[in-house]
Amino acid sequence: MAELVKRTHWIVRLTHWVNVVAVVIMAGSGMRIFNAHPAFARPGESFPLNPLEGHPIPDWLTFGAWLGGARHWHFAMMWLLVANGLLYLGFIYLHGEWRDLVPRRGDARDSIEMIKFYLFVRRDHPHQGKHNALQKSAYFAMPIIAIIIVLSGIAIWKPVTLGFVTALFVNYKWARFVHFTAMVVLLLIAIVHVFMVFSVDPYALRSMTTGWYNRARSPELRNARPFYHLFGAGKSRAARAEAPKP
Amino acid sequence: MIIDRRRFLTLSAASVSSAFLAACEANPKSAAKLLAFAEAKNQVLEESIFRHDRMDRVPASAKLAGKDFPKYYISKKVPTWDPSVRGVWRLEVSGAVRTPLSLTLDDLMKLPHITQKVDHFCVEGWNARATWTGVRMSDIARVAGMTADAHYVDFQSFDEDYHESWDMDSVMHPQTLIAYGMDGHLLGAAHGAPARLHSPIKLGYKCTKYLTKIVFLPQQNGGYWSDQGYEWYGGT
Repeated sequence: MAELVKRTHWIVRLTHWVNVVAVVIMAGSGMRIFNAHPAFARPGESFPLNPLEGHPIPDWLTFGAWLGGARHWHFAMMWLLVANGLLYLGFIYLHGEWRDLVPRRGDARDSIEMIKFYLFVRRDHPHQGKHNALQKSAYFAMPIIAIIIVLSGIAIWKPVTLGFVTALFVNYKWARFVHFTAMVVLLLIAIVHVFMVFSVDPYALRSMTTGWYNRARSPELRNARPFYHLFGAGKSRAARAEAPKP
Repeated sequence: MIIDRRRFLTLSAASVSSAFLAACEANPKSAAKLLAFAEAKNQVLEESIFRHDRMDRVPASAKLAGKDFPKYYISKKVPTWDPSVRGVWRLEVSGAVRTPLSLTLDDLMKLPHITQKVDHFCVEGWNARATWTGVRMSDIARVAGMTADAHYVDFQSFDEDYHESWDMDSVMHPQTLIAYGMDGHLLGAAHGAPARLHSPIKLGYKCTKYLTKIVFLPQQNGGYWSDQGYEWYGGT
């Protein structure tokens, strides 16, 4: 039984997909730029924090073909990333969607419950609002990581003219390290996000494109873990409560 | 390494796959236009935030790159000025100036000089510290009597046809030097002897080594790497 609700505002849907394009091009061109000098150490120094010092990123993961080309893409697409991010953050602030994401007391406990559920330690899907506690943390963390990426990016772009931004990250070398590391963390979260969408709640793809979400198919009602109860309800407490009595 | 703008866009398409990229592959010219537009707008912004009182500050305790300071030139061998073949080295200052100059190294060293410990920012992403001794470009502009129609300066070299032109605001920054000394010694052959341009406010490729000519111009004159697709402005 479909129980359709309009869940995702068109501005959130638009900025989500624009962000996919912007982040893919920024990460790809950024990795191409990184490959021109795939290390954080200054000449003659070492950088023990990076175990892969000196190892370039595989070419197939990069974008822009060469250093100059990647720089042009990076410095053009950064405006799309920033403008799109500001539109998203401005919208969720004014429209109230930030309330679905902001951390609340109990989120840590709920996150542990979700992890227990995914690890089969707990049988029933924990009760959740629009997002479960793990999603909330991820969607709250992503804009914060993005802000760190943008600031450290400015620090690398203008280390003299905007040297006070560079100083936030100690110096140019550390700004470069923060910029790169924050990108890796953001991509890892994004990869887990995509995996969970397809393996737990593919119905969210509908709400992120058309805005409509079938509440009867929510992961909580299906008692859904990755690849479990993808198409039908499991015997969650919520599902049992809703099931007609014989 | 030498790839023109059209070619790098075509090559871009070979990398990551995405719907957006497919569109670019179908129409690379529109992507080139977009990137050229962004570069022009970025340059306007970069020029507008540029300040002569924003300095590169390296802590006094910072380690110098010393012998590890990367060496770079486009000639097959280290370019060296052989006086027995080419006569005495001179730095010609010409173009939109009232008094063209022809300076020997001694003449150059007699001008007011400073020593500064600054970063060298390479387009590749690394930075290296060195102590540079030389004459401020603003002093050379003053001695030569730069005229009102001088808006750019082209820095030319004897490293084949290597040159890069700069905007006047960057030329006049107090950390922009014609350097003849590095880390307390005369500049070595690998680092641009007898004299080179150096400034922390531009990426390394803008800082012409093995200088021969400083030409004040009403128009910009591109540059060795700028003409191959790197940003002409190249500011930090």
